[in-house]
Amino acid sequence: MLKLVRLSKSYVPGKPVLTGIDLEIAARGITAVIGPSGTGKSTLIRCINRLVEPTSGAIEFEGSDLARLSGRGLRHARRHIGMVFQEYNLVERLSVMENLLSGRLGYVSAWRAWRRRFPDEDVRAALDLLDVVGLAGFADRRADALSGGQRQRVGIARAVMQGPRLLLADEPTSSLDPRTSVEIMQLLADVARSRGIPVLVNMHDVELAKRFADRIVGMSGGRIVFDGPPASLTDDVLASIYGGEDWLH
Amino acid sequence: MTAAALSSDFRLKRSLRARVALAALAAYVVYASMQMEVSAERLLTGLHNAARFFGRMFPPNFERWELLLKGMTESLEIAILASALGIALALPVGLAAARNLMPAWATWPARLIIVACRSFHPVIVAIVFVKAVGFGALAGILALTVASIGFIGKLFTEAVEEISDKQVEAIRATGAPFASVLAFGVLPQVFSRFIGFATYQLDSNLRNSTMVGIVGAGGVGGTLFAAFQRFDYDFVCAILIAIISVIMAGEIVATGVRRVFVDGATLGELFRRGARVPRERKLEQDD
Repeated sequence: MLKLVRLSKSYVPGKPVLTGIDLEIAARGITAVIGPSGTGKSTLIRCINRLVEPTSGAIEFEGSDLARLSGRGLRHARRHIGMVFQEYNLVERLSVMENLLSGRLGYVSAWRAWRRRFPDEDVRAALDLLDVVGLAGFADRRADALSGGQRQRVGIARAVMQGPRLLLADEPTSSLDPRTSVEIMQLLADVARSRGIPVLVNMHDVELAKRFADRIVGMSGGRIVFDGPPASLTDDVLASIYGGEDWLH
Repeated sequence: MTAAALSSDFRLKRSLRARVALAALAAYVVYASMQMEVSAERLLTGLHNAARFFGRMFPPNFERWELLLKGMTESLEIAILASALGIALALPVGLAAARNLMPAWATWPARLIIVACRSFHPVIVAIVFVKAVGFGALAGILALTVASIGFIGKLFTEAVEEISDKQVEAIRATGAPFASVLAFGVLPQVFSRFIGFATYQLDSNLRNSTMVGIVGAGGVGGTLFAAFQRFDYDFVCAILIAIISVIMAGEIVATGVRRVFVDGATLGELFRRGARVPRERKLEQDD
């Protein structure tokens, strides 16, 4: 499915943020990346769809190396990778419907996009999806009129509109209150399971990660220091990921 | 030396510098008015002349209204055509000049065009175009088009450079081609500001279109100039009244357009009284 081989990234030469990450994601389930702030979780996720350029290494996805793609090839690969952002990253001045349809921009021509002429099935899929994420009737609402939780629902729906084979989520609940966070994770999990889309999500809330993930990857200092099921995430492991142990009690 | 002494010393130096600068400015003003032969006497005769001139302006004379109407419609046409052409050209030029979207090979030429368009006052540009394409409205249209590209292009570029990268990033992540990223990620963020700039430019083109006629580039300015030269001050007054009314009407239309596109008012709300949003505040909020 997705395989990272010796993936490295340094924003400043000589100061690597990621150092030789090897990671393989199965075709199903939720994989949560946890780790202290500044350890490269976000960079890792963003390298996969090349919002951040990796310095070296390979990103094998569906038989091609994303790290070597450019132009049209990269755009076509991105279509199959949906992304959910921490701050939702909706286009504030567009309607909910337009935000959802923007998930289809990789498939419709720019000429149609400028005239907002999307295929009927896309519009129908968007309406269905609004129903699924609990925002039926919000299609004409402008994105900047929504609450945080509602925006993230739109964010998830937009990513799913792409018909993705992989969902990336970069701290999708960090800007939300605890209750909304759980609801959003539940929605992400439900949507991904019902459509059979694997999810790679990075989070800083360990409890939330344990609750929703099938597999947990612990990162520290730009390396993977733990990889296993939530049940084996003991206090000792957490101490090794985050350092210290006083905070655990 | 203590900190207090240091700071008072510093203040002393600063105020000394300011005083020297002020004295120099005052001396220059006196010198320049002597050079320009500005004197109380001349100002008095000037006021006297002005009073006589104003006296002869009233009552305004609308007898030659056909001439006035012809000039005025030509001015309007110049303003509207130049605005349309200018806006249409400023959009691509402004986008090309935005450093956050375009590579250097696109931004430099685009910036050069904008700077060139902004360098000269429309009247000077109009003189050049009168030489190039001859007397008449075409020269005026071209001159004001140039001014529009400069003004809208510059402000539009700045607006595009201030947009939120996050929204653009999200659209890029869907695999959208560049033109679609523009349509969905960039333009929605700047559209209302663009409308704001465009209506301001229409305003300004209306004013300038009454002036380019003075150098022979068409419009009511030519009529106005001729009336001045022939001492037809009552006709001058009629022309000035016509210009003021047209510009006020233009202002009202521009405000309406801005309220619809920028503030999201409906057409019905335009004609309802009260609940007005001050335009300046609203423009600042837009981002």
